[in-house]
This record gives sequence, structure tokens and C-alpha cells, in this order.
Amino acid sequence: MNRFSYVRPDAVAAAVRERASDPGARFIAGGTNLLDLMKYDVEAPSRLIDITRLPLRDIQEIDGGLRIGALVPNSDLAYDPRIEERYPLLASAILAGASPQLRNMATTGGNLLQRTRCVYFYDTATPCNKRTPGSGCSAIGGINRQHAILGASEHCIATNPSDMGVALAALRANVRVAGPDGERTIPFSEFHRLPGDEPQRDNNLAADELILSVDLPAEHFAANYTYLKLRERLSYAFALVSVAAALRLEDGKIAEARLALGGVAHKPWRDEEAEELLRGQPAERASFEQAALRILSGARGFGENDFKIELARRAIVRALEQAAAGTPQSQSDKRVQ
Amino acid sequence: MVQTSTAPLPSSARPYVGTGQRRIDGVSKVTGQARYAAEFPADGLLYGHVVSGGALASGEILRIDTRAAEAVAGVVRVYTHENRPRQPWFDSTYQDQVAPPGIPFRPLKDAKIVYSGQPVALVVAQSLEVAAYAASLLEITYREEPFRTDLAAEQSNAYVPPEKRAGIEPPPPDRGDVDRALAEAPVKVEASYFVAAEHHNPMETHASTVVWNDGKLTVYDKIQGVVASKEYLNEVFGLSPDDVHVISPFVGGAFGVGLRPQYQLFLATMAALDLRRSVRVTLTRDQMFTLTYRPHTIQHLALGAERDGRLTAIRHEAVAATSTFEDYQEVVVNWSGLGYRCPNVAFDYKLAKLHTYTPSDMRAPGAATGVYGLECAMDELAHAAGIDPLELRLKNYAEEDANTGKPFTSKQLRECYRQGAERFGWSRRSPRPRSMRDGRELIGWGLATGFWEASMQQTSARAVLSADGGLELATATADIGTGTYTILAQIAADAMGVPIEQVDVKIGDSSLPASPLEGGSWTAASAGSAVQKACFGLREQLFHHARAMEGSPLANEVLERIIFTGGRMEVANDPSRSVVVADVMAALGLEKLAAEETAKPDQDAQENYSGYTHSAIFVEVRVDEELNVVRVTRIVDAVAAGRILNLKTARSQILGGVVFGIGMALEEQSELDHRFGRFMNHNIAEYHIPVNADVRDIDVIFVEEHDDKVSPIGVKGLGEIGIVGTAAAIANAIFHATGKRVRDLPITPDKLLRDDVDGVSSGMARAG
Amino acid sequence: MQATETDTRSGNGTGEPSRIPVVLTINGTERRLEVEPWTTLLDLLRERLDLTGSKKGCDHGQCGACTVLVDDRRVNACLTLAVMLDGASVTTVEGLAQDGQLHPVQDAFVEHDAFQCGYCTPGQICSAVGLLKEGRAQSDDEIRELMSGNLCRCGAYVNIVAAVRQVMDGTGAGR
Repeated sequence: MNRFSYVRPDAVAAAVRERASDPGARFIAGGTNLLDLMKYDVEAPSRLIDITRLPLRDIQEIDGGLRIGALVPNSDLAYDPRIEERYPLLASAILAGASPQLRNMATTGGNLLQRTRCVYFYDTATPCNKRTPGSGCSAIGGINRQHAILGASEHCIATNPSDMGVALAALRANVRVAGPDGERTIPFSEFHRLPGDEPQRDNNLAADELILSVDLPAEHFAANYTYLKLRERLSYAFALVSVAAALRLEDGKIAEARLALGGVAHKPWRDEEAEELLRGQPAERASFEQAALRILSGARGFGENDFKIELARRAIVRALEQAAAGTPQSQSDKRVQ
Repeated sequence: MVQTSTAPLPSSARPYVGTGQRRIDGVSKVTGQARYAAEFPADGLLYGHVVSGGALASGEILRIDTRAAEAVAGVVRVYTHENRPRQPWFDSTYQDQVAPPGIPFRPLKDAKIVYSGQPVALVVAQSLEVAAYAASLLEITYREEPFRTDLAAEQSNAYVPPEKRAGIEPPPPDRGDVDRALAEAPVKVEASYFVAAEHHNPMETHASTVVWNDGKLTVYDKIQGVVASKEYLNEVFGLSPDDVHVISPFVGGAFGVGLRPQYQLFLATMAALDLRRSVRVTLTRDQMFTLTYRPHTIQHLALGAERDGRLTAIRHEAVAATSTFEDYQEVVVNWSGLGYRCPNVAFDYKLAKLHTYTPSDMRAPGAATGVYGLECAMDELAHAAGIDPLELRLKNYAEEDANTGKPFTSKQLRECYRQGAERFGWSRRSPRPRSMRDGRELIGWGLATGFWEASMQQTSARAVLSADGGLELATATADIGTGTYTILAQIAADAMGVPIEQVDVKIGDSSLPASPLEGGSWTAASAGSAVQKACFGLREQLFHHARAMEGSPLANEVLERIIFTGGRMEVANDPSRSVVVADVMAALGLEKLAAEETAKPDQDAQENYSGYTHSAIFVEVRVDEELNVVRVTRIVDAVAAGRILNLKTARSQILGGVVFGIGMALEEQSELDHRFGRFMNHNIAEYHIPVNADVRDIDVIFVEEHDDKVSPIGVKGLGEIGIVGTAAAIANAIFHATGKRVRDLPITPDKLLRDDVDGVSSGMARAG
Repeated sequence: MQATETDTRSGNGTGEPSRIPVVLTINGTERRLEVEPWTTLLDLLRERLDLTGSKKGCDHGQCGACTVLVDDRRVNACLTLAVMLDGASVTTVEGLAQDGQLHPVQDAFVEHDAFQCGYCTPGQICSAVGLLKEGRAQSDDEIRELMSGNLCRCGAYVNIVAAVRQVMDGTGAGR
């Protein structure tokens, strides 16, 4: 880990000022990913701005929805009665990720900023455009079973590793941020980026902006939802493919559908056309197959990860079946419902 | 003197051997008091951080710029091949105790890169953090040379190792005429199997704390036997035996990676001697992937049988990875000549040189690999012949070791099959694949046989009885989690008739009586026999003293009729004639009474018998029909391993081996990127070992087995047998569930899915 | 909040390391320490305070061997900067036994032989204590899932679940 200075501001404005004054500075809260990367010399901030004492730990009611402070730990969020009752999709996705210890530490805002698990990104001895722009993408033609099948570029095929983010994409959350010029709100679908020719940029947060909260809209799909995660061991592993599915059913027909994928792209992947395709359709397998084909129509494999296209298709169909039947996937009973 | 006692252990009021005893070191482990190699304090301790080489597997270092690192406050020295002190080893061909033929890797010897991630520098600093930070500042440029790390591509260059590795039996001579038998066999199967490279990944990373005291070294090392480290340090650094003391009371898992002294021991000692300071070097988890590994191995098996399932031919060929500088060998194919009765058997075992570090023994080395191939092929044969897999094995049951023509010291495998099958409910198995299901989950039942060599090694031990009744056992052996402390205490308590609470066990110290490395499942038999023999030495001395005392109630008695119980020596069947041990000690004015003995394997038994541990493992898997999520829901492992010393720790060893097997079957693979010659998933987030949620019911049965030949105490050992056959049983269960035969471990979701899509049961999809 | 922006500012990234005062309560004892900003809680415990019960298995939050309780919540000490814990209470495996009596979880681990080499054990035990406090696990499946952040290479999982189950049943928590 490199040398850095440490400050612990007690107000948002002061934190943002610290960040603006030092381009090499980073905010730290849970630290579960940043310290991990610093120990691998992937990140080397000149200064850590400890934001854990900022007043961003509350979950508040807003316009029928909830405002989740950026510092709310993942476990507190997953077990909050309001989340459990109204947004069980989010609770389930959080509990599918990491470990209880890490969920106790990791925060809501930090989860949005976690970086890819690509083995080349993590190994400073190998080329990686995300870590060292212009050095090349080693995952193309390399070990890429975990890598992207949607939205990748010739510069980067890394995936976003978050589970929580997949549920937030499906729920159409908003991210409220503060910068030197005040606050703004970024729709979740626009928060993360595709790699394009700037894979070093994971998201559209400006360098001197701080996440204040994640805002959940009123519609919460508590009756028909699921978070289905497929991985290479039954817990404590990153997704090969995960699916957040949520439906509002009326008379056996789909009135509203939400569908997002994890483990397949540089961002939690949501396809509005696929959601639109489901609207008005009967809640049955044929409809789900159509949606899966639509969302995967642009999918492309890179060798080892070719299988993910078919795996994702099947996972989407199953997740929609689980959601429609009101039998969400349990994160402790490993049998897939 | 009792040499190789065929009698049960001498009776005492409450025998400890054969019961379930809490570990005597348990409290120290659950309270955090047990100290491991990196946890011993030393005055003025310096910390060394290893700098690992780059993403190339062959070439040389052109330049190492250490200036930035040296400029960091707190950095004491940066060692590279350019400035390291010259060591006697650099001019010798010293090999450590279990080194395979070749020349061991000598860290910092020169500028050559022989594998990716090899240590290229050591930064020594006043704190852990400074050392790690400064290590990140080294700038190294390399000249790359061509390298090869693709085993599949190197198969054509495979060779029979010209020099045999000590202790590893090469394949026995072929017998019969396999070509002809295969050509004539009415039923035959032929397939290739692949076992991925795996890294041991004990939870404790390798570490050495070298305490320098006026030229003498006290070394706390992570090692499976302190004697090996001591000998290594003496040879490598030209130190006199008196100058090196190696201590290793607790080892945080090893599974084979602690058999050879690893490079952190060299580096820490080099720095300590040079700086005349105490130095600790701890490897990072990622650096654990620059140590030895289970070699990935390609196997080809062909089995021929009569229609009734009787085997007529087995051909077993294997090509395994080794390094460019050593010929690591293990017993992979021999199992096919041992496991079943078959008149025509052919073997072939070759190595292929890769630019990696040298592989080494990893839990059941060779057997985990070879028996996996054999037991999957047997399952395929059962399917082809339309015979129940258990019946097929019983039909071909080997009554003797056909590789050597010797009888077994004991073999209760039939009982393993019977008891295991009954407990599991095997008779309710529906034979056809895909014929058992529960909703969307296909259910599969599979089985396999396990084999492992039962051996013992010469071991010395000392027993010291104190006037206050305390009994101390001492032998240099290790407890890598196996329960050595506890079984030695049990054996001694029974031998001397004292409560186990009065027994103190000292191990993991090179100043104690000599012991071999803890490996090969031989420690319980070896150290256990030595401890018993030392206690018998004490008994003899006590008896003679007691008999000689004036008016002794034991006058005219013989030792064989004396029972040691409750702190007394009493005449069998006449407890009224007894002597209190403490009284004997007092009468003689003895503070302590000591006996040191060496136990050796019985030559006659070794020459005339074949000793093996056996198991039958039954597995239930449930596989989601569409998503291919595999869950191992139930395992019964029936084990015949001679005498079981401690039911608690014995069961734990089997559970651990089985869990290792689950990892091997479904999760574990060290993935090489041949462009960099580098294992890329070098951490335990991306290298998957089983987690708690992966493991459900595992039922362990110990089948009663009396063996008076395998070792003086009738013990065969349990460290490896749990993994042997487990991966095959799981793969066979997956075939039974799904009809998919994935012959490429680990069976990850992509391979099962590929089978769906391509419609073929692939062999090795990817051997690399 | 006592800490302010100025009184914790330290180091400029190039000069001498500057230490920052923190107050930690460790196993019930208040400790006033000066730490460098990059020192993790795990390294502080192991290297400076000689509390080596907390283990370093990966140093990256991948294994759980370093699990300790911070303000009664189980966390990975390897991914926690000591400086950020100013004012917190830390319980390590060394702080669980009271008056010479093993904590029920410690005793259950010995009784069920829920470990072999013992290296993951302090983390497993702290994690189990945290799990019991959380009260989220009821079934064995839930114990397995909520103990999955603690790897055990010796494969003692069956016995770990049995040990946790015993304490849970004994205290009336769960099932």
C-alpha cells in the first residue's frame, strides 16, 4: 500500500472540498474494495478522505419511496424492515453478494463504485486498459470465463461485479450526488458506463462528486420478484450471471416488468425494450423466452465465456418464472426454485 | 521389549485409544493462544517482503532499480540477485528431503527467470507496511525468452522420467496382453480425463520468523517437519547443527505445500545472517500461487470386460506437468493394477516440462488424480455393460496386490462397500441416468473406491515420567491439524495408565527426537508407534525398579503380567498385588525417569505384504435440469484404515479430505494464461475452494479392521484417503443425474452447459 | 463528532510518516495509540499489540480468518484501517473467554472438533459470535450461508455448523 495522507471531514461540503483540492484523493467508507485494490497497488491515492462520520446513514421516506443514505451498510439495508417489506428484491440481491462480514462494512455508495474482478485488472504485471489505459486488454484471448457478453468493447471486456446494483437497476433507482457546484441526480441506468474507448472510467460520477444517497421510487414489486445468482460455488463468489426480475401482474398478464442482469456487462444491464416486450403479455414461459432473446440479441462471447449467453437465457427465463409464481429465490436454500 | 506388538494396546482403567477425545491443543486454538510461524515475537524484528517476478515464465532480469525502495524511511536493505550474499548452496546440488530429481530452485541465485512470479527481490524494513510499500517501488526490466506452459500442447514432448523419485514407485511391469484383450473384449470403454492444476492454499500463508542471537538461529517455520527445515538450513547456509533450532508447534494447514522448505525460509535466513538481525518473511496469499501445485494431468484409460463385467483389460496412461528444472513424480497409474483383479494391464506415466514452478505433493498426490480416472472409467464400464457400479466393483474385487503379487496386510473394502451402501440406501438407486428427480432437480447417485498406501516411517520418541505423575512425550513430528498432539497423548495415557490430563506432548521442535516429515498419512502410525515404544521402555524400567524394591509385591513377576492403571502397577488378575508408581519414584529418589526409543517398520511385513487403506464413497448430487447448478447433498464415506485412535479427529480428517474432493470435483483450478506463463486467478476469491454453503451431510463410517502387520499399533493413517475417489464419485453422480459425462475437472457450470449445447459428452475441453 | 478536519490531517505522502492518535477499546481495555494511516486493524493487532489470535489468511477480505467484532458487528480486520476506528470497541478471539471460562462458542468448537489446523478458527468463532448476535440464522441452511464468509481449508464445515447449532439451541436463539 502506498503512502497517503488522511483526513476525516465532518461535513459533506468539506469532504467535497478536500476531493476537489487533490485530484489524487479518494473517498473511503467501508473500504472493502478500495483497500483491497490499494494492497495490490492497483489504486494508489494520495489522500484518503474518511467520510464515515458524515451524516449519510439514514433511510428516509421520500415521495412514497425511500432515500438510502450513502453510508448505510449493506447488511443494515438488507435487513431494514422497510426494505424487507417493500423492496425484497433489493434485500435479496444484497444478501446474494459478498459475505456477512463484508456486508457489515460495505456501504450503499461504495457498492456503486466497486471495480471489476477481472484477474488482469488486479495483476499489475499484466496489461489492462482499465488500469493502465493503452496497455491492451489481456482478457481478450485470455482467461475470460467471468467476462462480459454484452456491451463490451475491443478495449475492455470486464464486468461490474455488484449484486446490489442489479436490483437497483431493475428498481430504477436514482443516485443523488454532491459536487462543488451543488447536488444533482443521476438515473441509475446512466450512472455506470460501458467501456468504449475509456474503460478506465467505470461511471459518470465526476472526480469531485460524492454520492449522497440512492433513492428508490415508489414502485417496489414486493409480490413478484426474484434475484437469481449463478456462480461457481454456492456462496461467496461473484456471479457468472445474475438476474433481477420484477413483475406487476394484473389478471395473469404482465402490467409492468423489470429485468436486469449482473455479471454480463461493464454495468448492471437493463434492457428497456425487453421490459417493454413483456408488458401486456401473459406471464408464461413463451413470453419470458421472447424477452430473454431480446435482451441477449446483441450478446457476444470471447471464448471461455461463450456459454454465458445460453446460461443467461436460461437464467432469465427461470427468474421470470420465479417472479411470476411469487417464489423468489432464497439466498440460503441453494436449491433453485 | 515389545517390538511389533500384535496385542491390543495394554489395558488401563479407561482406555483413551478408540474413543472420541477433545483435542488437547483445542483450547489454545479456540482462544487464539496457539502461535504459528509468523506470530513469534523477537526483539528488533525486521520484516521482509518478497518481490515477485513479472508476467513471463522464462528469460532474465536485465535491470532492477532499487533506488526508490531504498530511499523509503525504514527500509534496511533490498536484496536482489546482484547483491545477495553468496551461499554455499549456489555451488552445491543440495536437495531437500522430498525433492524430486533435478536441481531445486535457488532464490536470487542469478538473473534467470524460470517461472512466472518467482521471487526476484526481498525488501527488508522495520515494519510490515514499509516493506510492502517499498517492494512496490522496484522497477524491473526483463528480457523474455520463449516459454511453454500448455500441457496439452506439450503432450507430444512427454517423456518417461529417467531418474525415479525416491519413495515413488514407478509403474509396475505390464502384465498379459492388453491390446489383444481389448480387441477381444465384448464390452469396452475408452476415454480421456483431465485433472486441473490446483494450489494447496492452506489458510496460513507460508512464513518464517528467524530469530538471530549472536550467530545462532531460532527459526519458526511453516513446515510439515522441523527436521527438514533444520537440515536444509544447515546445508544451504553451511551452518553447524548447533547453530540452528527450528520450532513449529502449530501449522495452519499445509496439505503437502509444507513438505519442502519454501523460499521464504531461504530469504528470511539469508537476510538474518547477513544483517545479524531477526527477520520475518511472510508470503502473501497471491504468492502462495508461486509455490508448488498439484500437477495438471491428462489421463487416457481403456477398460475391457466380459459381458458379465469381469475385467479383462486395463490400460492407464498419464501425462503430468513438471517444471523445467525438476522431475516431480507421483503414483498416478499404478492404482489401475492394484484396484481390481484383471489379467491384462498396461501402464504408462510420462512427464511434460512446463515453465512453471515444480509441482509437489498435494493431499493424496497421484491417487487423487489416478483413482479419479480409474473410478470414472469403471463407472463408464458399468454403464456400458449394464451392470450396477457397485456390483461391478465386487465382481472384480482384488484379493491380493497384483502389482507385487503380495497379500494385503488387511483389506476390509468389501465391508466398506456393504456398510456404505446400506447407510446410503444404494439398493434404491434407479440405474438409468436421468431417471431420478425431484421437481426441476435431477438426482444422481454415484460411488467410487478409494485407495491409499498405508506406511510408517522410522521415528524416535522420548517419554519422561516425573515424580509428580506428569508424563511428557517428545518427538520432532508435526501437527498440521491432523490431531497428532491428541493421539500421542491418548496412546501414552493408555500405555502408562494415567489420565490424559497428566500427559504433555511436545512436538514441532528440532531438538526433540527425530521424526520424519508429516505426510503420506504415516504420522499416526509412525509417531504413535514410537511414543508407545518409549512408554513401554518406561514401563520396563519402572517394573524392574519396583520388582527390586524390598518386599515388593511384584517380586518374581514378569512384565507381561503387569497392568499399568490408575498410577499403579498391578498384577493381572490379582489387583491386590500392586505398587504405586509414585512410590517407586520416591523410593529411588527419582525426579524424572526417561526412555527414548525408535520405532521402525517391520521388515518382514514390508517385504511380504502390501499395506493399503481403502474406502467406498457414495455421493448424492442434485443438478438443476436447466441451469446445471450442482449441489452435493449427501455423502457416505466408509473407510477401512486399521485401528482408529480418536473417533473425533479421525472423522474430521475424513470430512476434510471429502471437502477437498468436493473442491477438486467442482471448483478448484489454477488457470494458466500461456501468454504470460502465469497462474492468473492467484487469490482465493477467484480460485474457489469450498465454502460452508457447499457442504451438507457427510456421514463417515469407520469399518472395523484389525491389522497386525501394517504398523506396531495397527494404524494405517487417514490424512489422504478422504479425498481419494471423492471427485470420481461426484462426477459419476453427475452422470447418473444428468446423463452428461464431463471428464474435465473441475465440473463447472460452463462444461455442463456446453454438453447441452453441443450434444456431446466432451472429454477434455481444455487442457491447459 | 470529536474529530475535525484539521486535527486528523496527517502526512503529505512523501515525508516522514506521521502518526495519528486514536482511542480504541480492545477486549474491554481502552488503548490510546498512534497509528499510521495505512495500518490496518489486523496489522495493528498482530504486529503492534501482539494479539496474534486474529489471523491473516489473505489480507483481502477473501477468507474471513481476520474476523473480529467492531462495536459488536463482525468485520474483516484486514480491510479496516485502524485510524478510521477512532472511538470504536474491538473484540478479538482473545477477548471472548471470561474469567477463565471459554465462551460457549469456543467450547462448542472444541467439543464438535470444528477445526483442525486452527488457523481459520479465531475468525470462525468471532464470526459465529457475530452471527448469534445478529439473530438472522435459524435453519442449518442459514447457518451455512451466513458462515460462508469464513473459509476452512481443513474442511471442518459440518462440525462448525454443529457447533453453532449447539450454542444456538442452548441459548434459545434460532430454530
